[in-house]
Amino acid sequence: MSGGANTPVDTLPGQPPVGEHGALSCGKALSFSPAAEARFEKLLTRYPTKQAALLPTLWIAQEEWGWISREAVDYVATRLGLSSAFVWGVVTFYTMYNRAPVGKHLIQVCTSISCHLNGAEEVFHACRRKLGDLKPGQTSADGKFTVVEVECLAQCDKAPAVMVNGDDHARITLENLDAFLSELK
Amino acid sequence: MSDFQPVLSARLGKKNSCALATYVADGGYASWKKVLAGSKTGEWTPAKVTDLVKASGLRGRGGAGFPTGMKWTFVPPKEKRGDKPVYLLCNADESEPGTFKDRILIEKDPHQILEGMMLASFALDVKHAYIYIRGEMVHGAEILNAAIDEAYAAGLLGKNVLDSGMDFDITVHRGAGAYICGEETALIESLEGKRGHPRIKPPFPAVSGVWNAPTVVNNVETLCCVKHILDRGADWFKGIGRNERNTGPKLYCVSGHVVKPGVYEAPMGIPFRELLAMCGGMRGGRKVKAVIPGGSSAPMLTGDEMMDVPLDFDGVAAAKSMLGSAAIIVMDETTDIPKAVANIAKFYAHESCGQCTPCREGTPWLHKMLKRIVNGQGKKADVEMLLQVAGQMGNGMTICVFADAAIAPVLSAIPKFREEFEAYVTKSAAPGFEQPAAAGITSKVAERTAEGMHS
Repeated sequence: MSGGANTPVDTLPGQPPVGEHGALSCGKALSFSPAAEARFEKLLTRYPTKQAALLPTLWIAQEEWGWISREAVDYVATRLGLSSAFVWGVVTFYTMYNRAPVGKHLIQVCTSISCHLNGAEEVFHACRRKLGDLKPGQTSADGKFTVVEVECLAQCDKAPAVMVNGDDHARITLENLDAFLSELK
Repeated sequence: MSDFQPVLSARLGKKNSCALATYVADGGYASWKKVLAGSKTGEWTPAKVTDLVKASGLRGRGGAGFPTGMKWTFVPPKEKRGDKPVYLLCNADESEPGTFKDRILIEKDPHQILEGMMLASFALDVKHAYIYIRGEMVHGAEILNAAIDEAYAAGLLGKNVLDSGMDFDITVHRGAGAYICGEETALIESLEGKRGHPRIKPPFPAVSGVWNAPTVVNNVETLCCVKHILDRGADWFKGIGRNERNTGPKLYCVSGHVVKPGVYEAPMGIPFRELLAMCGGMRGGRKVKAVIPGGSSAPMLTGDEMMDVPLDFDGVAAAKSMLGSAAIIVMDETTDIPKAVANIAKFYAHESCGQCTPCREGTPWLHKMLKRIVNGQGKKADVEMLLQVAGQMGNGMTICVFADAAIAPVLSAIPKFREEFEAYVTKSAAPGFEQPAAAGITSKVAERTAEGMHS
């Protein structure tokens, strides 16, 4: 992958220090909460190998802690009997695992072809400007917003499409962008 | 065409369409019950279900258009595969720009997909099937999981399904944002908990797929078709469509500059002109400049080339493009084609898995050149260079067809809209140069050339 939603964040100022295998450190020991542990145990019953549970376990980890830190990588690796380096290699391949903390609202603006034809790039750049001249992938100083450009969200009929924390938002244009952002605030 | 009644999308607008109760009230799971009951009497066998699908002429709706029934027959018989289980993977990793049909089916009619999977699993002797859904479809995964829970509670899944003596499970597996995982062997690698790197074939998944076991990967829409073939028969399915090689109902995703973008169901082979009319025509009454008929990986056609093309596998192939996932991206006369191609190139540069050098190096190279061109910094040689680089990336140079997909927009758009690409590089080569009207460049293009690309 030449770059993704998460790629630029490692280089941004104000981020936690980089630990082993390139992952950022959250600086604390981690373990699943009882609810996450129950989900993890159930997960293992659905696959013939432990390794197959890697992607869903990383999802649980991200939901627990908000992002995949060095400690989260080590913890998931231990639980699944894999090396940390292998798990980190998988994490970096996929764009949806956050490799640094993200804001309360993770705003993902689709700029793929159908959205592009409907002005998505202008929406993306206006969005960044209105939230404090954020760089792509950067989180606002108050920790509320992270804005990223993503590839196709499969909502081409509702272009330009935006996703906020997993919720889909249709037809976000320069005209309704202020109203959309003020709802998030 | 006018007497055609939607089948795959028939329940999409209904109230509580995702609920088991409404699905059953609409006749859902009748085929699953029929087949399971018939399996005890010998009336229904796996071979009979497979034969029915073969007889229907169903071709996979994921993009390749390979005959589904034939794909199923590649799974080795029990005596050859021994104790190895067979797996069915529902490919719900819909990530091709322009494609959104599966998302609608997942979010509005999940039981239709589950029943298709159940019937396919019966035919293939599958005990555990997986739905690989793309990570971005957060609510789709929730909806599918809720539907699966309902099906377990109703005894339609689990141990001894409907007292048939058979066990059958379905698990939803979320991807995490990688387009390549829609390629079936990359999907398999990802399901195994790895990076989604496509595998070299052979062996083909039907012989050695996930966890080295025989595996069939079918698209969401394909599995929905299986359900309806079991409901209504092969002859009914075969009776829909332009000819025997292109049968059945089809979901077309239309986006871009049409009045009403959306998913439209029509018989396979509907002419583009008629589909465009279903979408309310072009926004602002403008002309169609270009169309990508099968998702961003399909070669671009001009509006004139496209108008009377029958939208099925052979019809679009005859027009030198491909139906693919039937994602029809329509561009009007104001579209800046080099910018559109640069946008598509950005997608492929971002999504290359990095395994094969021509793709890993070639896709960002194409994007960089196109970005340079539309930013007004292109060189005269760039247009030829684009063709040269793209020409060295495809046709079997890589493990999977990703590189072929990435070069299709470049290799098709440049010959058809060459003057637009050359207008950019000519202008940059001679600062202050004004494009003469005789070159056929519209004022819109000239304006945009002056503006440059925003990013």
